[in-house]
Amino acid sequence: MRQMQSHNLWLVAPAALMVGIFFLYPLCFSLYSAVTLDGGGFTLTHLYKAFDLYSKDMLFTIFIVFVSVSILASLSVTIAALITLSPFRSLVGLLAFLYRLPLFIPFIVTAQMMRTFLAKNGLMNNAFIESGLLTPMETISFLGWGGIIITFVWKQMAFSTLLISGAMAALDDSQIQAARNLGASRFRVLVQIILPQITASIGIAMVLSTVTIMSVLSVPLMIGTGTPTMMTADMAFRVNSYGDYHVANALGLVSYCICGGLAYFYLRQNLKDKGAIS
Amino acid sequence: MIATQKQYYFSGISIYSVRFSFWLQSLFILLLALAMFGPIVNLLIWTVTESWYFPNSLPSQWGVKYWLQVFNPYSDVSGSLLTSLLIAILTVVVCLLVSVPAGYALSKNSMPFRVFWMLLFLIPQAFPNLTVYMNIARLFYDFGLNGTLLGVVLVHSVHGLMFSIWISVAAFSSTDPMLERASRNLGAGPIYTFFHIVLPQAAPGLVASCIFVFLESLDEFTGTFFVGSPNINTLPLLLYTASMEGNYQIASITALILLAPSILFMVIIHKFMKPEMLSKLGK
Repeated sequence: MRQMQSHNLWLVAPAALMVGIFFLYPLCFSLYSAVTLDGGGFTLTHLYKAFDLYSKDMLFTIFIVFVSVSILASLSVTIAALITLSPFRSLVGLLAFLYRLPLFIPFIVTAQMMRTFLAKNGLMNNAFIESGLLTPMETISFLGWGGIIITFVWKQMAFSTLLISGAMAALDDSQIQAARNLGASRFRVLVQIILPQITASIGIAMVLSTVTIMSVLSVPLMIGTGTPTMMTADMAFRVNSYGDYHVANALGLVSYCICGGLAYFYLRQNLKDKGAIS
Repeated sequence: MIATQKQYYFSGISIYSVRFSFWLQSLFILLLALAMFGPIVNLLIWTVTESWYFPNSLPSQWGVKYWLQVFNPYSDVSGSLLTSLLIAILTVVVCLLVSVPAGYALSKNSMPFRVFWMLLFLIPQAFPNLTVYMNIARLFYDFGLNGTLLGVVLVHSVHGLMFSIWISVAAFSSTDPMLERASRNLGAGPIYTFFHIVLPQAAPGLVASCIFVFLESLDEFTGTFFVGSPNINTLPLLLYTASMEGNYQIASITALILLAPSILFMVIIHKFMKPEMLSKLGK
């Protein structure tokens, strides 16, 4: 038996080595490079410099993440709740098809779509003009922070709604039936029966969405308008234009901290709900 | 008489409220449909536009001039398409070679530290990966792997490993261990048993993992941007360059080419991927 187990370790080894060499090593190296000098001594200058040059962009990134994730959470919960609770089954089928549409559309294609759709002369503004809601002079371009948020929400909604409606579908149906039979409205069933049981899934969907928003480069490059921009664009600029890996890695460290902070709050909240921490 | 009137009154209210919520939900779906289809329709219009300037609500000149330009054998697009396909196929091969043994081993509950290994393969999806790509590019530069096909394939494979390993663990877990034991008891060797008994049972799941890895590789932008440029020009990089130069027709046609396999896959998977299934993944 012991011999078989060591066989199994050999089977996993190539995959583990690949992750180790091509992911964990560069990851650790980025952390190391963020806080050391070229000679090898410990320093905080790169972090100071990163904050000095890019603190505005860091706040911008946090703002984008916060707004996108809030909109995502409310939209996804609304759609998932409609799918679970709506009495109109024909509408539900339509909705289930619609929200899954962007699931396999790549980010770069989404960015290109939005770059033309949200522009001053894009189809969206043109549709408003044709319907008489706006005059050609009143239109504004949404390229910038608004466009970045719209793009992330448009693309990420499929994934987060899939996770949340999956969690809702896995709930015991008899609880909902019981609550309905006792006279609870559908809204009350959602707030008091369904939501308390799926906070973990909502949390996971939001943490994963945050990680995605923090790693996509094409959207801020193609939808953003220069300054302020997202940290991902700053890192690429720092590396491609100056070859300055230290400051870029310091920015990377900050972006890990933002993701880590969110994951921490989520875990803490989760443990609090279970009564582990008072 | 009064009682029936009261009844009418109440049923009237409930019919009105049901109707109201029906129209409210229909309105929500209509708005959602506009938001979902708007950008897609816009992309489609751009692919058949020859010129589209400011006050015009729709293109002033329609045509397929840019399609001919794109499918010209000497255009950048056909070259990039071939590069992208080659990279995606090689990535699938690498992922398959590495994840079939790993998935088989991890499907056994006797595997020591099983949870640890599963989490290890989740890590590339759980961190913002831009910083990692940037440092891989620096590392590859020392080994002369920057701007080579091999370098890009390696980066895509690490990114795809999570899908291929997690899906193949699920595929191997669903095989029947009794058949494997029966084969061994009848005198077949472990390797013969694996290829003739276990692998065929896991094949559908492995195909699904290949499709995922293929699509991920085809659509990958950030890693190729750092590791592949300027020598390796995949479709996403070409789309980006064309779009930044303001060449929206070429960018939109490239986007449509990238979209085709994704849509095809969604139609196929729509039949058997249910949210209920997703909630069981990894349990």
